[in-house]
Amino acid sequence: MIYYDRVSKIYADSSVALDDVSFSVEPGEFISIVGHSGAGKTTLVKMLLAEEKPSSGSVFFESVNVHDVPSRRINDLRRKIGTVFQDFRLLPQKTAYENVAFAMEAAGRSEEEIASDVPHVLDLVDLTEKANNFPDELSGGEQQRVAIARAIVNQPDVIVADEPTGNLDPVNTFEVVQILKKINDLGTTIILTTHNKGVIDSLKKRVVTLDRGKVIRDDREGKYIL
Amino acid sequence: MDLLSIRRVFRSGFINFWRNGFVSFASVMMMTFTLFVIGLAMFTGVILNSTLQEFRDKADMNVYFTTDAPETRIADIKTSLEALPQVEQVEYISRDEALAQFRERHQNDQLTLQALDELGDNPLGAVLNVKAREITQYDSIANFLQGQDALASGTPQIIDKINYYDQQHRDAIDRLAQITDSATWIGLVIIAIFVLITIAISFNTLRLTIYSSRDEIQVMRLVGADKTYIRAPFMVEGVLYGLVAAGITLLLFYPLSWWLGSSTQNFFGGVNVFYYYLSHFLVFFGIIAGSGIVLGAVASLLAVRRYLKI
Repeated sequence: MIYYDRVSKIYADSSVALDDVSFSVEPGEFISIVGHSGAGKTTLVKMLLAEEKPSSGSVFFESVNVHDVPSRRINDLRRKIGTVFQDFRLLPQKTAYENVAFAMEAAGRSEEEIASDVPHVLDLVDLTEKANNFPDELSGGEQQRVAIARAIVNQPDVIVADEPTGNLDPVNTFEVVQILKKINDLGTTIILTTHNKGVIDSLKKRVVTLDRGKVIRDDREGKYIL
Repeated sequence: MDLLSIRRVFRSGFINFWRNGFVSFASVMMMTFTLFVIGLAMFTGVILNSTLQEFRDKADMNVYFTTDAPETRIADIKTSLEALPQVEQVEYISRDEALAQFRERHQNDQLTLQALDELGDNPLGAVLNVKAREITQYDSIANFLQGQDALASGTPQIIDKINYYDQQHRDAIDRLAQITDSATWIGLVIIAIFVLITIAISFNTLRLTIYSSRDEIQVMRLVGADKTYIRAPFMVEGVLYGLVAAGITLLLFYPLSWWLGSSTQNFFGGVNVFYYYLSHFLVFFGIIAGSGIVLGAVASLLAVRRYLKI
């Protein structure tokens, strides 16, 4: 489903972010990418979203080379990938409900669909009561759950969660991971990047370990080993 | 873009405008200032132009006839004057009217009035007041009149004297015209600079407004919204700033022009800006609201463009 083919990224100041990385992700998989800060986790994710171009190699999503997609078609690609970030990235002027609804509006969905789907996903992340609160009225964990609701509302094929628990305390971290597992159980592919040992060890799912831009381990049922 | 998107764009533009509170207020104030300067420029142009026109209109020619000049011959001269292409208007003031005007002019001057009464007879001749189309044409009209008078041989000449803006007067008026012209010119340059500066400031205010939304724009891109869909609400917001600012400006001009109206009319002569404003309200509305809309839309468009490159 997703295939990184000998991807390298060398920045202008000749610092190497990724060095000849190859691996693939199967549909329905829950894959964690681990590594120290600066190991290249976020760069990998940005390449899938066509936010960055590889210096060499290619990234395929559903057999399409992501970087061959013309810029006006990029939106279609991004709508198939739900994204969750460490810093939540909610729209501060919109309520929780509107943040989720915005992703549907952007995808051109009808008012009826929005009215039925948004409460549903908010319920899934247990935020029905906070639907009309603005992001600055929500805790970090709640904001991240809104972000997850936004990521899944268009029923994407894959969810990319880039350090989603980086700003959260252990309780909220646990909740967010549980939600991601639930989504994965419903059939959505999950790509999770993290450097949280506890999260990885409790998941018992596939782990790809990055170090200084190289894949050093790829374990079917991995642990956090660095 | 389909109807649904358009509705959403307008709704989110309005909501952003409302929720951005202070930022919207600042942008509207800045725009109001810009539009106000544009409006002032329009008023200034009107005042200067009408003042100059006033100067030009005041130039005329008086043809004084002798007291015994027969009215029929004066009427003949009037008709021939009116036939001249240079002449715009000829007004006949009879002897009696001339006397009445004289009395009125000197109503506070008892000595003169007594002297007039002593005379018993009306010492004033009839007058033709001539207005030429151009200030330079009085010379030729005067020549024509003198020719006419001289041609009527055998009969005594009836034109007593011709008073008009000769070279000397004209020089004075020309100089005034030059001064008003260069005043207009300098005024326009200063106003143009002002307008440019305020437009630049409005532009920057809007850019700051949108700069504070740059993360949002990035998020929208990552959620998969297309560029038009991101850009359009900002443009709606910008246009709203322009419209609200135009409304405030037009409202402000109402008491301001009323207040300025009487004083400027006394000082410059010519138009009363208040009545001018009321009678030309549609023009003002069009230019000011139009400038506001264009300024808001273009500034937003340019500002958003920078953050849409992801």
